[in-house]
Amino acid sequence: MKQTLLLASRALRESLRTPESLAPTLLIPLFFLVVNVGQAGKIFPGSTTSFLHGQGYAGFQLPSSLLLGASFGTAALYLVEDIEGGYFDRLRAAPISRTALVMGRLLAEAVKAIALTVAMIAISLLFGIRIASGVGGFALILLLNASWAVVYAGFMQLIALKTRSAAATNSGSLIFFPLLFVTPSFVPRDMLTRPMEIAASFNPVTYIMEALRTLVLGDVDWGAVGIGFAVVGALGVVMVVLNVRSIRSYD
Amino acid sequence: MSPMTVAVQVTDLVKTYTGRSGEVQAVKGVNLQVQPGEVFGFLGPNGAGKSTCVRMLTTLLTITSGSATVCGLDVAKDPDGVRRKIGVALQEAGLDPRQTGRELLVLQARLFGSTPEQAKDRAQELLELVDLVEAADRLIKGYSGGMKRRLDLASALVHEPEVLFLDEPTTGLDPASRLTVWDEVRRINERGTTVFLTTQYLEEADQLCDRLAIIDGGLIVLEGTPTDLKAALRQRKGLDHEPTLDEVFLDATGRTRTRVAGEVEEVSS
Repeated sequence: MKQTLLLASRALRESLRTPESLAPTLLIPLFFLVVNVGQAGKIFPGSTTSFLHGQGYAGFQLPSSLLLGASFGTAALYLVEDIEGGYFDRLRAAPISRTALVMGRLLAEAVKAIALTVAMIAISLLFGIRIASGVGGFALILLLNASWAVVYAGFMQLIALKTRSAAATNSGSLIFFPLLFVTPSFVPRDMLTRPMEIAASFNPVTYIMEALRTLVLGDVDWGAVGIGFAVVGALGVVMVVLNVRSIRSYD
Repeated sequence: MSPMTVAVQVTDLVKTYTGRSGEVQAVKGVNLQVQPGEVFGFLGPNGAGKSTCVRMLTTLLTITSGSATVCGLDVAKDPDGVRRKIGVALQEAGLDPRQTGRELLVLQARLFGSTPEQAKDRAQELLELVDLVEAADRLIKGYSGGMKRRLDLASALVHEPEVLFLDEPTTGLDPASRLTVWDEVRRINERGTTVFLTTQYLEEADQLCDRLAIIDGGLIVLEGTPTDLKAALRQRKGLDHEPTLDEVFLDATGRTRTRVAGEVEEVSS
């Protein structure tokens, strides 16, 4: 655990020293929030749209943007730099637990995602979005979004470990399009076309998004929240196990 | 480590890579022994298997077959035990450009289990050893090649390893920086650390190494002290001059040095 914390604080220090890579992770999700609400906000007025539970359409869109922001982790790209520069070998040649080698950067991503989510929600509050589930719900949103950041960064780290190439790792990040958009991102799942609904049901992000959404909008559905945490928890365990295995057999 | 334990023992070491074009055997059955306190040189042409051997001995590569022990510990069975005994400075200075020299050393010491205070003291001690105190709080990004190499050496020493593996420690350095690194290697060895050094510079091997082995095509082709190897070649070839280590190397690896058209020297197999 101590080694994980040491490596996480190194990864955070690294991120703070490259603020230029941090800024877009806040600005791009906000950009999508504004654009998407601008495009579809009139179709779904808060006063007459039942799935908004009295909020504006921005409240419905916020979870998509939160997940988008949490998918901008830089862990994998910095890992490729470590591999290319030889620092990763220095760490591998030290008696550091292989789990700590994986978890160090992932923990840093979780911390960054929490900071990012707080900032995005703070900005959203200024524009009238309310977190209907209150302070407790807000904490759950942070935890859920940070967990997604860990899962996604873990997946990207896996690509980095397998390919050791920045180009391949960058291309791997494109998976984020189907993951984030083959979801009920504009309307609830039961309003999607049938093929899209089926596809979205197979996408784990759907359940995380629905959990976040029920925490933001009114009428919290605890079943959906539970499913969201179960999905992200299971994926998190799978990612960490695959990463550790990959480092153990790394040649 | 008791004085009787050999520092490095390698038996029938083999490494096979499986690539798209089939299997490639990079190391074909290497045997060698390094005694405690020695500076052992491991020489060979490019692609001979030097780095592959070092990477297996330092737990960075899996061993296909054969065995290796460092300070009596089996590299494959007890990698963490071996990692505590060895210091590693590989061809590419393994540094993180976004940390300062001091941060890098403190982190390394803490990862090896030091308390924050111990790590701070050890970092200062090492910065003094490799003469980087002034640059200690600058980002590594701005260091020169020689400074990076010295910091790399320092970071391999944080936990006072018993065996230090140096893979081509002076490749790409200017002559002055090379001499500084040599001095540091001697100083480290005088403190009792065994040094396992690969190099392409035969002068470096001649200057630093008590004993050396030459690897070619994945096999050891020659082993001995520089003096003995030169004397043996002189006797075998009936030379009227003391051969250089270059000549020993070229003879052992079957390379010939031909002077062709003008002043161009070419090494061909």
